[in-house]
Amino acid sequence: MPAIILSLFQVIFLMVLAPAVSWFIKRMKAASQNRRGPTLVQVYSDLGKLFRKDMVISETASWIFHLMPFVLFASTVAAALIVPVLGNHALLGFMGDAILFVYLFALGRFFLALAALDAGTTFGGMGSSREMTLSSLAEPAMLLAFFSLGFRSHTLSLGGMVSYFAGAEPFQVLFFTSLAFGALLIVTIAESGRIPVDNPATHLELTMIHEAMILEYSGRYLALIEWGHQIKQLVFLTLLANLFLPWGIAGSWSFPALGLALILYLAKVFFLAFVIGWIEIHLAKLRLFRVPDFLSVAFVLAILSLLGQMIVGRGV
Amino acid sequence: MEIFFYAQILLHLLGGGVGFLFNPRGAHASRATHGIAVLASLAGVVFSGNILLTGHGWFHEWRGSLPVGPLSLSADPFSALFILIISLLSLAASVFAIGYVREYQGRKNIASLGLFYHAFILAMLLVVTVQNAFYFLLFWELMSLASYFLVIFEHEKQEARSAGTLYLVMTHIGTAFIGTAFWLLFMHSGSYEFQAFRESAAALPLGLKNVIFFAALIGFGTKAGVIPLHVWLPRAHPQAPSHVSALMSGVMIKMAIYGLWIFLFSFLGEGPGWWGPVVLGVAILSTFGGVLYALMENDLKKLLAFSSIENIGIVLLGIGMALVFSSADQPLYKGFALIAALYHVINHAMFKGLLFLGAGSVLSTTHTGNIENLGGLIRTMPWTAAGFLVGAVAISALPPLNGFVSEWLIFISLLLGFESAEVTFHFFSPLLAALLGLAGALVATCFVKAFGISFLGQPRSHHAAESRESGMSMLLGMGILAATCLGLALGAPWVFRILGETVETSSGGFFSMEVFVQKIFFLSPSGFEAGRFSPLIIALVITVLLLGIVLLLRLFFGKASIRTGPSWDCGMPGLAPRMQYTSTGFSQPFRRILSFLYQPTRRVELEDEGMKILRTAQRFESRITQHVDEWVYQPLIELVGRLSRKVKYIQTGHIQLYLSYIFVTLILLLLFFGGRA
Repeated sequence: MPAIILSLFQVIFLMVLAPAVSWFIKRMKAASQNRRGPTLVQVYSDLGKLFRKDMVISETASWIFHLMPFVLFASTVAAALIVPVLGNHALLGFMGDAILFVYLFALGRFFLALAALDAGTTFGGMGSSREMTLSSLAEPAMLLAFFSLGFRSHTLSLGGMVSYFAGAEPFQVLFFTSLAFGALLIVTIAESGRIPVDNPATHLELTMIHEAMILEYSGRYLALIEWGHQIKQLVFLTLLANLFLPWGIAGSWSFPALGLALILYLAKVFFLAFVIGWIEIHLAKLRLFRVPDFLSVAFVLAILSLLGQMIVGRGV
Repeated sequence: MEIFFYAQILLHLLGGGVGFLFNPRGAHASRATHGIAVLASLAGVVFSGNILLTGHGWFHEWRGSLPVGPLSLSADPFSALFILIISLLSLAASVFAIGYVREYQGRKNIASLGLFYHAFILAMLLVVTVQNAFYFLLFWELMSLASYFLVIFEHEKQEARSAGTLYLVMTHIGTAFIGTAFWLLFMHSGSYEFQAFRESAAALPLGLKNVIFFAALIGFGTKAGVIPLHVWLPRAHPQAPSHVSALMSGVMIKMAIYGLWIFLFSFLGEGPGWWGPVVLGVAILSTFGGVLYALMENDLKKLLAFSSIENIGIVLLGIGMALVFSSADQPLYKGFALIAALYHVINHAMFKGLLFLGAGSVLSTTHTGNIENLGGLIRTMPWTAAGFLVGAVAISALPPLNGFVSEWLIFISLLLGFESAEVTFHFFSPLLAALLGLAGALVATCFVKAFGISFLGQPRSHHAAESRESGMSMLLGMGILAATCLGLALGAPWVFRILGETVETSSGGFFSMEVFVQKIFFLSPSGFEAGRFSPLIIALVITVLLLGIVLLLRLFFGKASIRTGPSWDCGMPGLAPRMQYTSTGFSQPFRRILSFLYQPTRRVELEDEGMKILRTAQRFESRITQHVDEWVYQPLIELVGRLSRKVKYIQTGHIQLYLSYIFVTLILLLLFFGGRA
């Protein structure tokens, strides 16, 4: 029973923390441009304000438009439920494995792309087409990276992978997973719509992808989408942190272990957010048709990771 | 329970003729013939469902005077499964047809449509039950011919006629290969009966086995539409009336899977290790080719037909892995891969049937299948849109619907290659799995396009603007299949168990089902702990979350106040439907990224009368290269043409010359056979 409560707490913790991570990256960017950037309270009050606002919805929009924010948010939270956060067990880890993780995001994206076409504007179609194109290329790289980790850890369940790597020797972890880490990092950048794949701060029609799709949204639907997007970003960062820097994750549900795990978790996640922010500051957005090359780097890294493990052998 | 099977066959015989009792172009003919088809399908569902639940098969043989052995029909659980798929889909298609065929009333002969429709279904039922090679080929031919007449039902269209001819040629090439495969088995075993084939499987010499393997693969592959033998499929399937397209894409191509299955897993016995990789190669080619062409297609029904090629590829991925495990002597994994393949066979039949019926519903009111002319249908036909959306989510393998279940199973089958005795598969099978993931993502893109451009946004033509929701029977037909899709997802472990039993009886392997399924979870086979997965819990969690979010929002922030207004038009009023993204535009990034595959060509013609700024006309043309057509079939057709012209020289038209040909032939024959005697 305490395990259930704690796992539930994990997910709520993830949802609450998500805007703060986005704030951290925003603040980093602002600092690099000699701006002050928003305060931490600002990002939460923005969300709260959006939740309370009235909505203006396109006359052309159908029920798909109303359904989408809920599906997007629900599928993201469902994915968060199978990711281990503080301990190596997720609340609903038995519900599915890494494949389900990938496909839950695919479900949200499917409806997001549909809703973008719903208002009947050019912007929506443009965003929808671009998003589906790029994510089609990111998805196999993500799957292959998971498969190569699964080859090593003998499991596809995310919790199982995390406990395997937490139990392995540090050198082994670094050795076997660094290439897969590179692949998943690129996928994370693509999935969370960050530079160099997409620019979250632009509304320029030539470059926007994610923002083009949600242009017609306002009020609480927009809040759900924005918050969902922040949670998605944090879920990916959490997964990166726990798979590739698994040390310190709580093996048992005791308070000292959890406390230590919490501190280390925050350190790892904000470190990864720093990496993402650093990339965002130092790179320019790629031209749309250069992005597939960037994503194919992820795919090649995943293949190399698999090959490397093949050569070394399976081990126990 | 066999009474139900006899009833099904008799009803189909009766239903084929009943239309002619009425005015063959009238409403009564349609109602009578399709009403009887509904009854027949229900009988089939009861019969096959009973066999699957109890596990007791049925067998009967009629001894005739033909020297080819008795006409024996049998329904073991494996055959019963196919009977169930045929019956379920024909049930939905027949209900749908009652409304759909109304379009043809008064101008087409509905009684003959009914005749070929019943003959087609009956032939498929007999193909999966017959136990004798001679009759198998007979019924196979009946199936092909009946479907040919259904393809050319709208024979006033040139497109339908030429598609029909192509289909007729290709299907007979396929039948020739299947016939050869059976003939070789007959030469070896001395009997036409399947039982004899099975008994002599172990004694087949290896060389002969390989020849039969390729003959069966090409023969059944032609029917299944694997690339490069697929050319007829995307042309012929869309030409038939939509409920028939549903049957052709949903079950007829699965007859080829049935045929290939009985060859690979009971007639041929153990094969050499390279059979698996060959099948996997064909499979991945079809998976990719199918989805890549579907992505570029702008015709709703053609898009669905191309996607059928992709799905046959996915099924063959499962079968290929089963062959790999079979030669590595890993029966447990072989069983898992076969169950995965079979699960996808059922799933594809249901969601592809649903999508074709949805396309038919659109077609019957807008009279166009061109996505570029549709749009906004979700407002005029909400139920059709909902049905099509269910099909689109299912085929895109998204949780929680059934497509995801079988996709997951195929993924795990491929990843079990980690445990394969062949070390190369440690690397190639996860790579295949990643490629399957890529194909899955492309399918999702393709169906975002198909659903989004056709049903959402503003209508792009007056056909779409003036569309109306289809009648009750058409919606009911779609509803049956949508419910089946949901059932196949939520009841997955239960379906999986039943499939496990059918696989045991059809492939001779025995394995404990408890390794895979425990209550509502899927567990992995031992060894590679592939992961766990429970479709029911996923569906529950998503539903709870959806409702939870709605409730919490209500609780915290009250009822949403919504105003409607025009879409954002950048401050320049007058958003027109033509400003929306088109289907061609939607797939443009892929045309560009994968231009080395598509090799797209485009032509822009501008007409102006001397002044560059005042253009009077513009023409834009964009097409992609159909490689197989251009590289394989065009040269082949030219070759045949050239040979025919050579042969022409002996055709002078003089009767004396022809008589002398006959005379010379006779002399040669006499010399040849006389010398022998």
